[in-house]
Amino acid sequence: MSAEAVPAAPGYQHLLDVQDLVMEFPVKGGGIFRKVIGKVQAVSGVSMHLDAGETLGVVGESGCGKSTTGRAILQLHKPTSGSVKLRGAELTTMSHEDLRAVRRNLQIVFQDPYASLNPKMPVNDIIGEALKIHGLWEKDGLERVGDLLKLVGLSPEHGNRYPHEFSGGQRQRIGIARALALEPEVLILDEPVSALDVSVQAGVVNLLEDLQDTLGLAYFFIAHDLSIVRHISDRIAVMYLGKVVETGTRDEVYGDPKHPYTVALLSAAPEADPHSERSRQRIMLTGDVPSPLNPPSGCRFRTRCWKAQDLCAEVEPPPVDHGGGHLVACHFPVTDISAETSSAARHMAGGDAAPASGEYPGALKLRQDTVAANRDAAGAG
Amino acid sequence: MTVPPTTPPDDVPGGSIYGPATEEIPELFQVYEPSEGVELTPSRTSSVGPTGTTEVLKVENLTVGFPTEDGLVRAVRGVSYTLHEREVLGIVGESGSGKSVSSMAVMGLLPKSARITGNISFRGQNILSMSKNEQRSLRGRKIAMIFQDPMTAMNPVYTIGFQLAEAVLSHEVMSKKAAMARAEEMLNLVGIPQPKARLNSYPHEFSGGMRQRAMIAMAVINNPDVIIADEPTTALDVTVQAQILEKLIEVKDAFNAAIVLITHDLGVVAGMAHRTLVMYAGRPVELGTTEEVFYNPRMPYTAGLLGSIPSAGDTGRLRPITGAPPSLINLPDGCPFSPRCPLADDKCRTVEPELLPTDTIDHLAACHHWDRLAAAPDPTAFFRTESEAHR
Repeated sequence: MSAEAVPAAPGYQHLLDVQDLVMEFPVKGGGIFRKVIGKVQAVSGVSMHLDAGETLGVVGESGCGKSTTGRAILQLHKPTSGSVKLRGAELTTMSHEDLRAVRRNLQIVFQDPYASLNPKMPVNDIIGEALKIHGLWEKDGLERVGDLLKLVGLSPEHGNRYPHEFSGGQRQRIGIARALALEPEVLILDEPVSALDVSVQAGVVNLLEDLQDTLGLAYFFIAHDLSIVRHISDRIAVMYLGKVVETGTRDEVYGDPKHPYTVALLSAAPEADPHSERSRQRIMLTGDVPSPLNPPSGCRFRTRCWKAQDLCAEVEPPPVDHGGGHLVACHFPVTDISAETSSAARHMAGGDAAPASGEYPGALKLRQDTVAANRDAAGAG
Repeated sequence: MTVPPTTPPDDVPGGSIYGPATEEIPELFQVYEPSEGVELTPSRTSSVGPTGTTEVLKVENLTVGFPTEDGLVRAVRGVSYTLHEREVLGIVGESGSGKSVSSMAVMGLLPKSARITGNISFRGQNILSMSKNEQRSLRGRKIAMIFQDPMTAMNPVYTIGFQLAEAVLSHEVMSKKAAMARAEEMLNLVGIPQPKARLNSYPHEFSGGMRQRAMIAMAVINNPDVIIADEPTTALDVTVQAQILEKLIEVKDAFNAAIVLITHDLGVVAGMAHRTLVMYAGRPVELGTTEEVFYNPRMPYTAGLLGSIPSAGDTGRLRPITGAPPSLINLPDGCPFSPRCPLADDKCRTVEPELLPTDTIDHLAACHHWDRLAAAPDPTAFFRTESEAHR
């Protein structure tokens, strides 16, 4: 029933299609007039798509633009340029009234269940508000809210309580029930479990999977926890500093990562297994993510990449298809992970890898300094 | 079943807080050892390996309560552990399990209203019976702390160099210049480029990872014996987290310090800790070597935690623990985990289990039914059956 609410254009290819999305925020200076002195490009030219019933996991570190992308899709931030199409209908140019209708089909669950529920409203009103706004509140409204609560594993009696009476996991379930009230096709899940304790997290993840199976939802799943993303996603997009560096199916990205950043990210993520955790080799990236105010030229990852060469500073690598839609934006994609890991680890350990020093001068130097300082300190103490 | 002591017997009887008794008494033991054939205590023979054998920190039966209008919040109820030289002890638990509060008690950082009982001894000296001044001379010098959020742990209006030098000057008599030089040396040690220039930076000019490095520098600047790291990487991204953890291990080895690593991230503990202590509702529920705890959990809560994490290659359903942790004001009778536990029976709901040895003397668990976990091929499977039966 919700599908008719959206002015559908015929012949669309994907349920949700994002092309070259750019999101800039102005940086204002001091003084009375707060003149705009610069801009931060939080999202610069992101393209991704989502099909019905699938989960796209979007991973990346803080500040990489993954949440901003989610909000720009929903038009909570007006994108600077680019296109967002839901069922072929362009959202970026749509009027507010039309957008409201579209949002019945496109809902969001926020990260912090403590901040996203109004503390002054009982749960029935929190969930029912969505129905009222869209003119769908009828005589059986309360019943519908009760059904939604049951759907997310709470009981209808909970409806008269206020958010503070619930635990974090229960609140997140309320947030999910609110998002589901309008029977959307696409849910944008912005770090839905990262504020929850581990044992509670698993319950919410299971719930999301069950809902997807029964209601055929498509998830745009934003997270920084790589193990959860691996568990829940069909396809994965890895973002770094406002750009998508690698997209592919879960097995492609986790099993055969091509972009050096993906390789490093996967190797840095700790696993709850003492033996593998102590024996595996890690690629230790040096430094932090550069400021988006002043991103590096060419490839944005080159300042921390052990494979970077002159070309990377000059030419921005375009996304290249490595077969079956596995897109990688890198001039020198990784081919053999284990060989790459050990060679990168060797470079970074500052060992006898002499030819590498030209490639990776900064990190090598830093590492030798600390080793020397360590030795001195140990000798002195 | 005979019950060996849960903590090794105190081999430092008394000893004045001020006196050098701690150095003398172990020697007395050693005189008798070879000639008389006196049996060594279990802890002495078992704690070989990369860690030292000397106990630096010993916490016995620590309890912490906070009186509130609703009643006494029993945040910590009977925590006991020992920490050896160069050892990394991981303390895992969910929010509200008392892991942070118990370490704040060790640091003497709890508010005045807190009711603390038990024993905390640092190299044989009881911290809780010390005067404020004695505690202060220990804190930051012998026992240092790394906080979760470096932005709030540092003073935004003083430079990094000033704050590092202040940590030295409050414990040692030296010139400001010498203290600054030491601060620079520490920044270099933790891998901050151009340490000399960075001394004059303010905390907000550092990135999150750099700030946490500076926190580590501040913690080790007085060459401490114990570093308490309270969620040191929770606020950081994974690639930066890996750097910081590696740095922490490097620094620990350089200074021969022991680390109490408090975290909710089982992956971090798996890679770092020699031994792991699992806490639930203010109680230690499992203690053992990290391998034992992760591969052979003997407490259903630990098994439940491990089953809640998606592992590589496992795409089936997760096995969450149903329900939520209990309120610390209104704890359930018996085992606090019994309302969420698939193995719970009437005994669990009436008698709270003690932390006792299980298959090996070093692997302790607080569970009446640890033997059922031991008999099961996959302890996390208990949770699967329940969560599936639930639907």
